[in-house]
Amino acid sequence: MKTVKHKILVLSGKGGVGKSTFSAHLAHGLAEDENTQVALLDIDICGPSIPKIMGLEGEQVHQSGSGWSPVFVEDNLGVMSVGFLLSSPDDAVIWRGPKKNGMIKQFLRDVDWGEVDYLIVDTPPGTSDEHLSAVQYLSAAHIDGAVIITTPQEVSLQDVRKEINFCHKVKLPVIGVVENMSVFICPQCKKESQIFPPTTGGAEVMCQDLKIPLLGKVPLDPHIGKSCDKGQSFLTDAPDSPATLAYRSIIKRIQEFCGHHPPKEEHLIGS
Amino acid sequence: MEEVPQGCPGTGSAQAGRGASCQGCPNQRLCASGAGAAPDPAIEEIKEKMKTVKHKILVLSGKGGVGKSTFSAHLAHGLAEDENTQVALLDIDICGPSIPKIMGLEGEQVHQSGSGWSPVFVEDNLGVMSVGFLLSSPDDAVIWRGPKKNGMIKQFLRDVDWGEVDYLIVDTPPGTSDEHLSAVQYLSAAHIDGAVIITTPQEVSLQDVRKEINFCHKVKLPVIGVVENMSVFICPQCKKESQIFPPTTGGAEVMCQDLKIPLLGKVPLDPHIGKSCDKGQSFLTDAPDSPATLAYRSIIKRIQEFCGHHPPKEEHLIGS
Repeated sequence: MKTVKHKILVLSGKGGVGKSTFSAHLAHGLAEDENTQVALLDIDICGPSIPKIMGLEGEQVHQSGSGWSPVFVEDNLGVMSVGFLLSSPDDAVIWRGPKKNGMIKQFLRDVDWGEVDYLIVDTPPGTSDEHLSAVQYLSAAHIDGAVIITTPQEVSLQDVRKEINFCHKVKLPVIGVVENMSVFICPQCKKESQIFPPTTGGAEVMCQDLKIPLLGKVPLDPHIGKSCDKGQSFLTDAPDSPATLAYRSIIKRIQEFCGHHPPKEEHLIGS
Repeated sequence: MEEVPQGCPGTGSAQAGRGASCQGCPNQRLCASGAGAAPDPAIEEIKEKMKTVKHKILVLSGKGGVGKSTFSAHLAHGLAEDENTQVALLDIDICGPSIPKIMGLEGEQVHQSGSGWSPVFVEDNLGVMSVGFLLSSPDDAVIWRGPKKNGMIKQFLRDVDWGEVDYLIVDTPPGTSDEHLSAVQYLSAAHIDGAVIITTPQEVSLQDVRKEINFCHKVKLPVIGVVENMSVFICPQCKKESQIFPPTTGGAEVMCQDLKIPLLGKVPLDPHIGKSCDKGQSFLTDAPDSPATLAYRSIIKRIQEFCGHHPPKEEHLIGS
């Protein structure tokens, strides 16, 4: 990990809130600067979504003397996932904890990432083997922090508080919280609907209570789902979407936390 | 035992206790003696316990956040609307136990008696068990590795005094790992009617769901069918239908055709569902006219038919 400058974990207690979607687009956003080397590691062993979301289905991993080579989306954006080791995307990886831990250790130890500015680690939902292992194995190398993803409803926030609790227990700094699926704007009449109502004030109130930064709120946009299914960057597919603007603002805040300035000035201007 | 050596060949393997990675493991002697290869006695105990449980349904999904717990809770509510049907809901999501909140049972405690743990009752005929009831605070993180989670699931299945039950619904976490293997393993001697698989329409979900169906085939668990959640959203103002999670590859419908598995139904998005869940109330009674409620009721009826029962009340069939 000495050649990796910044390490960011993307976590959520809750499933289906957009961790992989966010991880992928954080990676895309950071890699838009050709001089920034980005690595995306998917440690969701049972449900590895990153290959699909990054348009890398069917790719194979190569092994060389210096270790496993990640699969490159761009020259400066490499990806590793257990998905690349499956013969078919429908193969179920039915492993118990110890075996999953072994794979995560291999990913962290044997992948030849090279010189990397940002390593983003996408995780499965929960607070179990994968999370403990990632933190444990990376404990000697400095982890910048965790970005926690949630949706507005209390059922999600409840699990997210547990995740934040986990971060405190393992002394993992929390960069902040992203609230996904905040509102939906009807394309016809522009009415805003809260599909996942924030009955207890959403991430905003939770972050105030826990004194943790709210990095941003991302509205629902059907284009996000489409881009993910097609394996393309939503940021380039739909540059004018309010969701894209929200993502870019969040990415900038994460970069600031990690001590960098945003690479390109035009990201700051509304697109 | 939480710290398993990395190369652990497995307690049931021929190499148990004899492999190079077994050196130094505290259980090496036990495994080498062959004791680890014997079937877990709990499996027989659970089989005995499950004799009073007529039907067992697992609610699964490879994918997180598709509505497993929401569905499990409302399947339980729907079945329990007939006072003569005894329903039990077991939440084996150890890390993210949502069932107490969704069932309005936060803060409830579990009681232990001579006959085992008592479930928490929502209604006289609807009992619930979850690790959530064992936490001192709902924000407490349960940070357990696989073996400890397996132990809890074994306890839930063996030590909870369910009594006479018509339907035991088991809500699971996302994935295909310890919890799922344990549930199937411990229930293996007692007959599991089948699994209901929940998905949302987009390919990123379906991909994980195909893995889950693959898992079911591998462990010989019958698949009752698939439920597609979050199908469409109908704008309350202009009634336009939006596909928020677009079915770029045909959604659950095409997947079910390909895999020759029944599609039990499609449930539209309705903000009332989220509200009811957060408040711990049954969405079926909160919003009886919602298209989502009608979809749920139709799906519940099909599950009952699969399990060999007729729907308990005729008026459920008439559009409300």
